[in-house]
Amino acid sequence: MTPNDAKRPLQLNDQGQLRHFLSLDGLSRELLTEILDTADSFLEVGTRAVKKVPLLRGRTVCNVFFENSTRTRTTFEMAAQRLSADVITLNVSTSSTSKGETLFDTLRNLEAMAADMFVIRHADSGAAHFIAEHVCPDVAVINGGDGRHAHPTQGMLDMLTIRRHKGGFENLSVAIVGDILHSRVARSDMLALRTLGCPDIRVIGPKTLLPAGLEQYGVRVFHDLAEGLRDVDVVIMLRLQRERMQGGLLPSQGEFYRLYGLSTARLALARPDAIVMHPGPINRGVEIESAVADGTQSVILNQVTYGIAVRMAVLSMAMSGQTAQRQLNSESTSEEQI
Amino acid sequence: MTLPDPAALLPRMAAELKRHLQTHRIDTPRFVGIHTGGVWVAQALLAALGSEEPLGMLDVSFYRDDFTQSGLHPQVRPSALPFEVEGQHLVLVDDVLMTGRTVRAALNELFDYGRPASVTLVCLLDLDARELPIRPDVVGQTLSLAPDERVKLLGPAPLALERQVLAPL
Repeated sequence: MTPNDAKRPLQLNDQGQLRHFLSLDGLSRELLTEILDTADSFLEVGTRAVKKVPLLRGRTVCNVFFENSTRTRTTFEMAAQRLSADVITLNVSTSSTSKGETLFDTLRNLEAMAADMFVIRHADSGAAHFIAEHVCPDVAVINGGDGRHAHPTQGMLDMLTIRRHKGGFENLSVAIVGDILHSRVARSDMLALRTLGCPDIRVIGPKTLLPAGLEQYGVRVFHDLAEGLRDVDVVIMLRLQRERMQGGLLPSQGEFYRLYGLSTARLALARPDAIVMHPGPINRGVEIESAVADGTQSVILNQVTYGIAVRMAVLSMAMSGQTAQRQLNSESTSEEQI
Repeated sequence: MTLPDPAALLPRMAAELKRHLQTHRIDTPRFVGIHTGGVWVAQALLAALGSEEPLGMLDVSFYRDDFTQSGLHPQVRPSALPFEVEGQHLVLVDDVLMTGRTVRAALNELFDYGRPASVTLVCLLDLDARELPIRPDVVGQTLSLAPDERVKLLGPAPLALERQVLAPL
């Protein structure tokens, strides 16, 4: 233990390298840029005949999904496989916990199988942090989305998409549209955009789907879509979860689309070279028109490709940081013994 | 001991490489430089040979066997091979051969692009400190350094060698 331990974020090691990846909150611009640069390099791996590099050969990555997800789970699996790791995926919601096993017992069993890294998806905010605090110190934890809190790899793949299509963040206007209240993607995107120096971040949505205290993210709030979209460079549409329609937050899907759906006509209010993003899966005709989702300004499928590279970057950097920490701990123990 | 001037080594290396390729009946070699110094040396060799063939560039960071000890370099440049590797005769160029681990990583990476017909290894300097059975086919000069010494190639123009002394542990 060093005197700085209490201040150091859980996800960094003693040398300031990534050790867990739980949230973008508190991470420096330099570290986010390093993740983007590394991901950029990994993109090339996906174009090769053999789409693999041996960085994580002999390591075991365990995807523990307490909440259903197809795209995130698949891209994490593919990222780990492209790094030559052994990968297992557990859909815990449908297995042991339903038989009464606690989260702790599940984790202890996975540790006993000598997993080196857990990718956690959980419906409760803070679950990944909780697991990182209690897991064996040799295991790296990656947040694959927790409740309404954070989806940091989605945030970083959105940033990679913006950087590759717009070159940087310094002169951009970015609009995030839809259900901000329930969106961990929106939260991660706002944090990343602010850290990376985006000067104009706009959030657009009905009052019932905007959380209080948005000012802390340094964003401008709009309730009128046309007003908010004017001259933006990037439009990030969010998924409207249909289950929330019954919660009284919205009158109907049709009403939402009429007021906040992205149509070709509305997209014309943005800059002519604006890009359209969406974390998927898209609800056609609810938050976005098919012609826009499939149109020339849409980069939604590019996001999926970039997502694999970003996850490769995060997995390899966290594994490297975790190993470096283990060596530091072992050196410090040896010194104490001397 | 003074370090050699790369400009003085390159013409002889180019002539040796030409002979080597002729002896092995290699008509259309494909050049691959290892980032960063190897790319500079490969560019200089291509110029000395009067060749305008495209140059492949390899960054072996993802293939290094010491990744878990030293981590990833934050500025890994993507490898770029502007030709097919399968069935080609490759000339792999690096600036300094020390342990042989970088060349091992480069060979592993090249085979992920395809199976080359042959690989000829060219190094500006051989520090005679190999830990693996990897030897250059063409070398500018062999040097023996003290254990705490290293050599760094500065470039791209002009190329120059710089001696570095490691900080004591």
